[in-house]
Amino acid sequence: MQYKSQAVAKPYFIAAIGLFVGQILFGLIMGLQYVIGDFLFPAIPFNVARMVHTNLLIVWLLFGFMGASYFLVPEESETELYSPKLAMITFWVFLVAGALTVLGYLLVPYATLAKFTGNDLLATMGREFLEQPLITKVGIVIVALSFLFNIAMTVLKGRKTAISLVLLLGLLGLAVFFLFSFYNPANLVKDKFYWWWVVHLWVEGVWELILGAILAFVLIKVTGVDREVIEKWLYVIITMTLITGIIGTGHHYYWIGAPEYWQWWGSIFSALEPIPFFMMTVFAFNMVNRRRREHPNKVATLWALGTGVMAFLGAGLWGFLHTLAPINFYTHGTQLTAAHGHMAFYGAYVAVVLTMISYAMPILRGRAANSPKAQVVEMWAFWLMSVSMVFITLFLTGAGIVQIWLQRVSDTPMGFMAVQDQVAIFYWMREGTGVVFLIGLIVYLCSFFVKSESKVAA
Amino acid sequence: MNSQSAVMVYEPQAVQAVSREEGLPGDFAIWIFIFAEMLAFGVLFVAYAFTRAGNVELFNASQQTLSQTAGAINTLVLITSSYFVVRGVAAIKRGLSEQCAWWLSGAVLLGGVFVAIKLVEFHAKFAAGISLSTNAFYMFYLALTFFHFMHVLMGMIILGCVIAKARRGGYSARDHVGVETGASFWHMVDLLWIILFPLVYVIR
Repeated sequence: MQYKSQAVAKPYFIAAIGLFVGQILFGLIMGLQYVIGDFLFPAIPFNVARMVHTNLLIVWLLFGFMGASYFLVPEESETELYSPKLAMITFWVFLVAGALTVLGYLLVPYATLAKFTGNDLLATMGREFLEQPLITKVGIVIVALSFLFNIAMTVLKGRKTAISLVLLLGLLGLAVFFLFSFYNPANLVKDKFYWWWVVHLWVEGVWELILGAILAFVLIKVTGVDREVIEKWLYVIITMTLITGIIGTGHHYYWIGAPEYWQWWGSIFSALEPIPFFMMTVFAFNMVNRRRREHPNKVATLWALGTGVMAFLGAGLWGFLHTLAPINFYTHGTQLTAAHGHMAFYGAYVAVVLTMISYAMPILRGRAANSPKAQVVEMWAFWLMSVSMVFITLFLTGAGIVQIWLQRVSDTPMGFMAVQDQVAIFYWMREGTGVVFLIGLIVYLCSFFVKSESKVAA
Repeated sequence: MNSQSAVMVYEPQAVQAVSREEGLPGDFAIWIFIFAEMLAFGVLFVAYAFTRAGNVELFNASQQTLSQTAGAINTLVLITSSYFVVRGVAAIKRGLSEQCAWWLSGAVLLGGVFVAIKLVEFHAKFAAGISLSTNAFYMFYLALTFFHFMHVLMGMIILGCVIAKARRGGYSARDHVGVETGASFWHMVDLLWIILFPLVYVIR
């Protein structure tokens, strides 16, 4: 560890992994509820399980991004963090607020939660992914601001690199676009229109900057390739990402009442969104092939390459499958969307956070890399999780295609619930691969506790 | 990214001729952009053609309202600006930074003329109450020309940066990848207009 204050990243990473486990458990619960509708009812109804599954994902990824930033920025800026103390306060505030919110979801009926938390003052609840009570949302803003302040002050007092500037831009965008979660107009079209400014402009916009910066950082470290080369690629990739991603928002505007021209703009620009992902994959493999050093941390390199490939497949290819308006007319809101969502989130964001954890955690624990034995265990975890995610995606795609056919294309279309019965076999297979994913995650947790004599010195 | 190695040619006669004999001029990264831009505009052009095929009369009628004169003048303006850029690159290859900067400034000035004429055209359309939702032709006309318009502005900014560096003596006969990079982008902007103008303004 080059700077003492980088140590604050460690609790963030631990919290991220802990919440990740929770996310997967709730995923399995609701996966089962797809086929056994009253499983755990009334204790955990489907809508609550879903809310917890998706909210935990977002929160643990945010923990991961914050931890990654606290580790990355001091090293890039060549200075200690502006305030490690503030970083720790933010950590506990965020963790407690997150835990209370999830407990609120689980223990209190949602309407009661809304009443207790001042939703009548400013109604922001009840919208997918933005279900958090008003106080939690305000808390998120405060946490984000103090985090941004801390990171920005560190960057300002130290060396300014392309990586830290891109990261900062991404984090700033993350904070700014979240503000649209407070805008909840009565007009449903406007509501949806700006709702996507949080959801889409996060995951297909500013988060990709964070992803690019983290990936570039780890690649510089593990390959030893010149910073100038990696930074140039980073600029090209993020420019493409922003151009295609921002106008690509239009692929959510096809059927919500927005003007018709969005069908053209959304189709064309989002069809180009796979290009930056493809470039990222080429970039990662290219850098690893041109490596100038053999870094002892092999598994971090594996994660970095996995991020490129899985992000391209999940976000790029599976997104393209249903992004063109004439196709999306039939496919929107089906299991095909769920298939895309699963692999895109795993490939782009889960994988990049785990890449950073894989690189940084050994260093935070006082060694350049884990023992070869521990790394092999982690590689098993990588393959188990990645391959099972591919199958989860394929089974959901199967379910989606059958659903689209029976419910939307057929001359005698069936009702939604009748179709759900027809695709049950896919849901069972998805649940099975979900269990394999959980096993992969358990193996991943075990990799942190593998003891070995032959530790590589830091 | 073979630009660096190719620039390092040392023989005087090779320097005299061209600094790079093979490969793409300018930085490799700009060619990725150019490829992506051409792809995006290419898709838009094809989409225009297909949509027009289904609404020929509507497209022809709406097309009548465009000013072909303004479009034609702008075509000449951009082609001339590209010529200036060519002269600028030729100047820096002979190590003449000052001349290079002047030629490129001329190109930026013509870019400004293009922007001014286009703004007048846009103003006329908006004043007539035409918007993206008026009909399919105007949607394509406004979208295509606006995207292109933004590229002209971007090109002017890029050339502006190159000019500033050239004036500081930042380029030489041997090392002028930056000038070629800016020039490549500007030529792309020009090329797109050369396709866009006949496609949207002229072809019936």
